[in-house]
Amino acid sequence: MADDKDVLRDVWFGRIPACFTLNQDEETEREAEPYYLLLPRVSYLTLVTDKVKKHFLRVMRAEDVGEMWFEYEGTPLKWHYPIGVLFDLHASNSILPWSITVHFKNFPGQDLLHCMSSSVVEAHFMSSIKEADALKHKSQVVNDMQKKDHKQLWMGLQNDKFEQFWAMNRKLMEYPTEEAGFRYIPFRIYQVNGTHTSTPLILESSQGTEKRYQVVIHGIEPLMETPLQWLSEHLSHPDNFLHICVVPAPSD
Amino acid sequence: MPTSRLWAVDVHGRVYSLSTADQQWEHCRDAEMLFKRVTAAQQCCWGIASDNKIYLNVHACDLHIRFQEETYENQRWNPVGGFSERLLPSDRWQWSDVTGLQHQPPSSFQLPSSSWEWEGDWYVDQNFEGEPTEKEGWTYSIDFPAVYTKDKKWNSCVRRRRWLRHRRYKATDSWAEIPSQKTSLPDPISDISCGGWEITEEPRGLLCLWAVSLQGKVWFREGIYHHNPEGSLWHDISLPGEVVQISCGPGELVWAVLWEGQLIVREGVSRDNHQGTSWSMLDPPSPDVGVMHVAVGVNVVWALTKDNKVWFRRGVNSHNPRGSGWISMVGEMAMINVGLNDQVWAIGSEDRAVYFRQGVTASELSGKTWRAVAALRDGDRPHSSSSSQQSAGCYFSELHPPSALSDVESDTEKGSADEVGCYSAGIESSDQAVSDREPASVAVPQEKCVDEGGDSSTPCVDAVQTGGPVDSQWSNVDLEVPQTQQAQTGNLSDNADTCSLSSVATYTLAMEDNYGVDGHPLWAWVSGGGCSVDSHSQLNWFHSTMGTSLLAQSVQSLSLSVTAAQMATWRRQIFEQLSERTKREVDEFRHYEQAIEQCVWVKKGTMQWWRDWKPHKWIDVHFALEQFSGPEGNKDGILFVYYNYNEEKKYLHAFLNEVTILVPVLNDAKHTFAIYTPERIKKRWPIRVAAATEEEMHDWLALLSASCCDSRGIQGPPSKQAIWSITCKGDIFVSEPTPSLEAMPYPTPCDQMFWRQIGGHLRIVECNSIGIVWGIGYDHNAWVYAGGYGGGFFHGLPTCNDHVYTQTDVKSVYIYENQRWNPVTGYTNRGLPTDRYMWSDASGLHERTKTNTKPPSPQWAWVSEWAIDYGVSGGTDREGWQYAADFPAWYHGHKTMKDFVRRRRWARKCKLTTTGPWQEVPPIQLSDVTVLPCTPDSDVDVVPLWAISNKGDVLCRLGVTALTPAGTSWLHVGMDQPFQSISIGAASQVWAIARDGSAFFRGSVFPQTPAGECWYHAPSPTKQKLKQVSVGRTSVFAVDENGNLWYRKGLTPSYPQGSSWQYVSNNVRKVTVGPFDQVWIIADKVQGSHSLSRGTVCHRLGIHPLEPKGQLWDYGIGGGWDHITVRGNTMEPPPFSLSALADTSAQASGST
Repeated sequence: MADDKDVLRDVWFGRIPACFTLNQDEETEREAEPYYLLLPRVSYLTLVTDKVKKHFLRVMRAEDVGEMWFEYEGTPLKWHYPIGVLFDLHASNSILPWSITVHFKNFPGQDLLHCMSSSVVEAHFMSSIKEADALKHKSQVVNDMQKKDHKQLWMGLQNDKFEQFWAMNRKLMEYPTEEAGFRYIPFRIYQVNGTHTSTPLILESSQGTEKRYQVVIHGIEPLMETPLQWLSEHLSHPDNFLHICVVPAPSD
Repeated sequence: MPTSRLWAVDVHGRVYSLSTADQQWEHCRDAEMLFKRVTAAQQCCWGIASDNKIYLNVHACDLHIRFQEETYENQRWNPVGGFSERLLPSDRWQWSDVTGLQHQPPSSFQLPSSSWEWEGDWYVDQNFEGEPTEKEGWTYSIDFPAVYTKDKKWNSCVRRRRWLRHRRYKATDSWAEIPSQKTSLPDPISDISCGGWEITEEPRGLLCLWAVSLQGKVWFREGIYHHNPEGSLWHDISLPGEVVQISCGPGELVWAVLWEGQLIVREGVSRDNHQGTSWSMLDPPSPDVGVMHVAVGVNVVWALTKDNKVWFRRGVNSHNPRGSGWISMVGEMAMINVGLNDQVWAIGSEDRAVYFRQGVTASELSGKTWRAVAALRDGDRPHSSSSSQQSAGCYFSELHPPSALSDVESDTEKGSADEVGCYSAGIESSDQAVSDREPASVAVPQEKCVDEGGDSSTPCVDAVQTGGPVDSQWSNVDLEVPQTQQAQTGNLSDNADTCSLSSVATYTLAMEDNYGVDGHPLWAWVSGGGCSVDSHSQLNWFHSTMGTSLLAQSVQSLSLSVTAAQMATWRRQIFEQLSERTKREVDEFRHYEQAIEQCVWVKKGTMQWWRDWKPHKWIDVHFALEQFSGPEGNKDGILFVYYNYNEEKKYLHAFLNEVTILVPVLNDAKHTFAIYTPERIKKRWPIRVAAATEEEMHDWLALLSASCCDSRGIQGPPSKQAIWSITCKGDIFVSEPTPSLEAMPYPTPCDQMFWRQIGGHLRIVECNSIGIVWGIGYDHNAWVYAGGYGGGFFHGLPTCNDHVYTQTDVKSVYIYENQRWNPVTGYTNRGLPTDRYMWSDASGLHERTKTNTKPPSPQWAWVSEWAIDYGVSGGTDREGWQYAADFPAWYHGHKTMKDFVRRRRWARKCKLTTTGPWQEVPPIQLSDVTVLPCTPDSDVDVVPLWAISNKGDVLCRLGVTALTPAGTSWLHVGMDQPFQSISIGAASQVWAIARDGSAFFRGSVFPQTPAGECWYHAPSPTKQKLKQVSVGRTSVFAVDENGNLWYRKGLTPSYPQGSSWQYVSNNVRKVTVGPFDQVWIIADKVQGSHSLSRGTVCHRLGIHPLEPKGQLWDYGIGGGWDHITVRGNTMEPPPFSLSALADTSAQASGST
């Protein structure tokens, strides 16, 4: 890998192999086969699982079908986190493919947001972008964009079009040459207990003692001296936030 | 941006300079010398030393300051002894100048000062008007004031020859006292200011130096030119009063401050009269408080009144040197200076820090805010003990350090990017009045920041009554003053060497230990005349990094090599981990279904299209790109233009994989580009479209370009074999050659070559096959290719943004003012009805007035006003006019009886700022460059690279390797006349063309003697003046001024100069010969379906060792092309196939 452009591509084209199995409690007409899929790390579960839904609906009766939701080892998966974040947070040390259980009933409304259509994802995605730009450029860039530009960002993500997305997203990644970078770096930090926060948390220095936490972005552990501005420009998710997972180091 | 330096003097008289690339003030050499004031230009710095004498520090440059002395030896023939030095009594001297009027034997030539040295002894010039003479260099004539020929005839009664000797300025990078012969200055000098370098055009390099004596007299130093840096004599300038300080801008502005506080403005400064004609008086901004200091630039004047208030003068320009009104500015300053680009530097009246005025642009000349320069001096140690508290206080010179402090701390802690704005030093006005002329009121430097920082160093600067009436009356800057003060005040500490050089306000510095070495430097004087920054420059002077990181950082900034930054551990780590992640998560699961299916993606927009049918005009069209994934995963697409034709909807389309090039087109009103396919190259009729905004055009160009590259599977930077070319707009294109491009006998047609654009703006580009690529901009700045491929409109697109830097270029736009003579009123702007426009372009066909002439495209912005251009070929009179009998004719520079029309050229500079993978190679400006074309089997480590400076010097670059393509320094190759073109062949054979049109071969160029030893003169083709040359493996081709292409015949290893020039072709503008003797040209007048095209890339076919001149031309992309180089293309053509052999005649087999 020679240059930073490839980082963007690698981030965009990051994929997680997943195996979807239907929850055993679901009533089916015949046995449901598991469904294997490569999920884009930077996308959202409800945006890329139309095929999964179609697959399982074939073995189910229409009256038994509620809102689809996903669960991994007992944890309901929040669709509004990027897929890569869900994986890094909950399953980074498990064997691949990632085994996800599909539910069609008992929607855990206390844990998950409802998502009835992709427009909900779009609204969430666009509001994240706007929030990020508010931090980076006082919203100046995103406000200067036209409706169709916003659409281009969203369509780029929805259709997995790297060029289409980046042709627009690059504007969000620019900053005036006389300044050293963005005003603020938009980021979210996730911890295993499920909370995410936008305030900095102090990581205990791992000098001397055993490393207790891993700081994971896109499934990798960048060195602590990596410049934040660079990280933000290259390892941000399409929603323009750096999503950082702090997970316990594997105990082995 | 090349590095340049800001000069300053601290209160102890030590001179420092600060490089734009650095973070540290560097103590000037000659450290023992103390100075009061300095005034800098880009090439040198003048200073008044403590002995009140003027010293000059010429910055060392690879190109020496070199002056050619000449004298003529005259002889007359007599029947007895033949030619002898015995002349007739009525004749000229035996040794004379060219006119014969001046007696000048070689022994009469003296070095002007001890700063000069002779380069060698006198020698005979053997070049006569581009023709080599006989060995002794004599030229013959019937009698003395006559026409000379190089051949002796039967009636040659006299002869003469020219002797040459060069002297060189040797006192570079040191302070040399300027010679005081002829007129020495009667009294000591107290102020000095240099400028005027924009009054005349390069290469003369005029500099005006104004000096003020202690008695208030003003002197002007005459005759300072590039080749005479010391100037020749002082002129006394009459004055309406006593002057205390003077300032001279880069242009015509000269202002001075009178003793009483008024200002005087010099009028009548012009190209013909550098010192101006008269003064006009101007009252100070406020009636009560006089002016104590003034600083002028090109279009600005700044002044300080005696209460240290800052004033900006509105409406100043060369036509109105007085300006129109004062504006009061924020800040309290002790001294102010205007540097290059009208940027402003000042010294705070209280903290004595150097301030930079931020945000000064051509449209906002008064700038936005003062910002303190926080660089350390090279002697300063970062404070480890006093932590960042003191540093925050001292180095940011804030009047409110606590906030700065907290920002710094929070910054380091959370590492957020919120560091912009924290450091800009705000100056708040205070009531403290400081005056330099009244001994009673003395500035008290308040070191508030240190105080508030709360550490041990308490402010210890006492207010000191300046005593000595005589001394202080004279001068604010006199070394003797402090001593007197010390004696009088008595209670000062025992610092023997305390010598306040305070420039304007007089105060004494006590307890030097607290400030001198460890504290922030106290400055007395600053000069930005040599510091080339503008509002876009990125300077790292304003927040100094403390502690140990300082060293590391300065080291890093010095040696910011590509590989080091690229391969930082963290970056490598990310690269590695990402590819591990791909292996882990994706590689084994590639058979899985993708969650999102790929589909067609369409980008649509509205554009204007230059319609295909007559009458041609712009019509609105819908423009769409449909992109889809090809069978092997590669992308492809189709471009559609939907238009209406007679109410009927129609469209035309182009497959992206057939598009050969996308060319931005110069248009002063529209944002247009042209799309070519091979078919359209043949017709010379592209699809021309115009976008509504520049941004929209760039979006489309970037997307289409990337898509075209995708569809052809081209990515990454250009290969080392790439063919580079440049359009007349300055855009840079590369094409990847294939082996079949030079195949025999059926090469790939040149119209099928795919060209892609690379960011940047150049006039000339030259390369070789190991990836060394150099370019020269329109402003003659040299650039070296840095390895990337983004920049320009690709900015920010996910292309490679590494190695992409800011690039600027400047060029002139010309218009002509035409006039016709009539018997009544003489020359007027009333022409005959049949005449051309009275304001026109060069052809006279198009009207171009000063107001309606726009920059070449919206990307260019004016950076100067219209000015008469005197540098026109043929010469001009003093007002810039050229005369002729009638329009379209030959013009000459003086009026004769037969002339009825005249014209003069006006020039206006415009500037372009873009980005590209280019890094500047300062400081010498070039007009041509050539790199050794390496063949695959050649084994060179250090690559010879030659260049011609824009003054015509031949230069050889040292230290150029594949890893360091910029090389290290220039070696100047001596010659007697200016050159214009140079080329080096694969066997290190160097050919060059002099400005007089003659060709030279450089002998003995070997790795041990990279600059060779001597020039061999190769006469030009009869009656033709050559202008450009290119040397391949063995072939030498040259182009003359009339567009003829010539091949050098008879070159052998033992006789590399060859024997004669053979005509090849006409209508050639430029030639490039590759490492296998491939010949490509830029041709004019190439037939297309619609018109003749100018500037077309053409490839010579049928070249092989027995037919080195080739047979015919194959036409490629054009018109509008200006430059091409194939000198990197070492792609071996495929060997002849049997069928090919059968097709061609037996002679072709010789070339396998």
